[in-house]
Amino acid sequence: MTSDEIYDLLEPIIKTYLPEDVSAIDINRSSDLTRELNINSAHLVDIVLDIEDKFNIEFKNEDMEKLRNVNDAVLLIQQKIAK
Amino acid sequence: MKKRVVITGLGVVSPNGVGIPDFKEAIKSGSSGIRFFPELRELKFSCQLGGQPEISEEKKREYLSELQLRNFNSSGILYGVIAGMDALKDAGLNVTNQNEEPLWELGIIFGSGTSGVEKFREAIYKIDDKNVRRLGSTSVAQTMTSGVSAYLGGLIGAGNKVTANSSACATGTEALLMGFEHIANGKATYMLCGSTSDYGPYIWGGFDAMKVTTYKYNDMPQNVAGPMSANASGFVPGSGAGAYLLESLESAQKRGATIYAEVLGGAINNGGQRGEGSMTAPNSIAIQKCITDALTDAGITASELEYINGHLTATIKDTDEIKNWSSALNRKDNDFPYINSLKGMTGHCLAASGSIEIVSAILQLHEGFIFPNVNCGNLHPEIASIIASEKVVTKLQEIPLQTIAKASFGFGDVNACVIFRKNKHI
Repeated sequence: MTSDEIYDLLEPIIKTYLPEDVSAIDINRSSDLTRELNINSAHLVDIVLDIEDKFNIEFKNEDMEKLRNVNDAVLLIQQKIAK
Repeated sequence: MKKRVVITGLGVVSPNGVGIPDFKEAIKSGSSGIRFFPELRELKFSCQLGGQPEISEEKKREYLSELQLRNFNSSGILYGVIAGMDALKDAGLNVTNQNEEPLWELGIIFGSGTSGVEKFREAIYKIDDKNVRRLGSTSVAQTMTSGVSAYLGGLIGAGNKVTANSSACATGTEALLMGFEHIANGKATYMLCGSTSDYGPYIWGGFDAMKVTTYKYNDMPQNVAGPMSANASGFVPGSGAGAYLLESLESAQKRGATIYAEVLGGAINNGGQRGEGSMTAPNSIAIQKCITDALTDAGITASELEYINGHLTATIKDTDEIKNWSSALNRKDNDFPYINSLKGMTGHCLAASGSIEIVSAILQLHEGFIFPNVNCGNLHPEIASIIASEKVVTKLQEIPLQTIAKASFGFGDVNACVIFRKNKHI
């Protein structure tokens, strides 16, 4: 799966958790999930669960620590589906 | 100097009506929300009847966002949020915007018995399946006792005390008195109070096991013998929520708000599970003391009471309750106030019973009617020997009311009684 294909599947997952004052067009690869997109940090675990379901992979606690922006998520997903 | 406290907003989510207009219509017409539930038969419940408010998917979305409804599985929080937001709106108050300061003068006390039991069940299955990591972020918020007050607090922007109380079937009445005291003592201007109870087998099962529910009417839900009936054989479990916006009189007058009633006072006590009291049975001495203490606190005499909204569950304890009211008030036969119980139409909504019934009591006081105590064609002879049968209202009566009482009693030997007055001068 290419990085773009992953992004296309990831974007709608992130969109679900955007607060009302942030628009989906603000999402790009370098968007910081909590600081820029204003996603409630508690929802990061929900995003990870949705990613796990979508890509049939599993995140470890250490993976969570690396998750800051959209691109981090794309890379983590890429690594996991390559295994 | 204590502040006077009034009720300026109401909200209700009841098995026989969601929202004040529908609920009012239902109680006036004696319309019952008690239904047969095939899932209870499937689960081999003795009582396969229940009361569950009907809420459409669209209705849910009027109150909670798509995100909040994601993996949402707590009926009690849904009921509480709808009732609470309705009460706020009914009072003509607004929520704050995200970037404004919290409403420091608005607090919330919203109680429950057990909270989010369906969500908790979901979580337990995942944990036992070694999948705790998959619980998601809302398991805690949906199962904590303070769930309703926390959801409401966020929706409204409440900045005063935001908490939850729990005292079994007295929860809603206790919540009102706690909010009343908070305002009376000058610690808040507005208190949104109420109580909620989840729907379903995991809440109702324990009562079924205790044989306090009725098994005799599974094929005729409209005919369940009601409170005070000679045929009463146990209650039907219900669910829902009731809410009231309490406000200082001076604030309500300044705003020109509709004043439904003044909270004159009340009392909360406990029978200590001594004497005839136990975990599950009330101590009559304590009930009588709770009623007389409430009168004293309200500064009225027993003779001023015109109407009682009873706890009266349609069990063998109904007779004891009437005896206790009669002794505490020292009034009997034709001198006894009018009395009814909502439970014949809603089932026993457990932790939500007090609040839903308070809403019904306030509506009667405000508009001047007494709703019918349904399915009581055959008044229990022991009750008939204490009070005149006309005092048990079985047909809708249009009658102006001024001073009324509401009491709730619950497991743990808890008692709560509150006195309301409609004062045409305020």
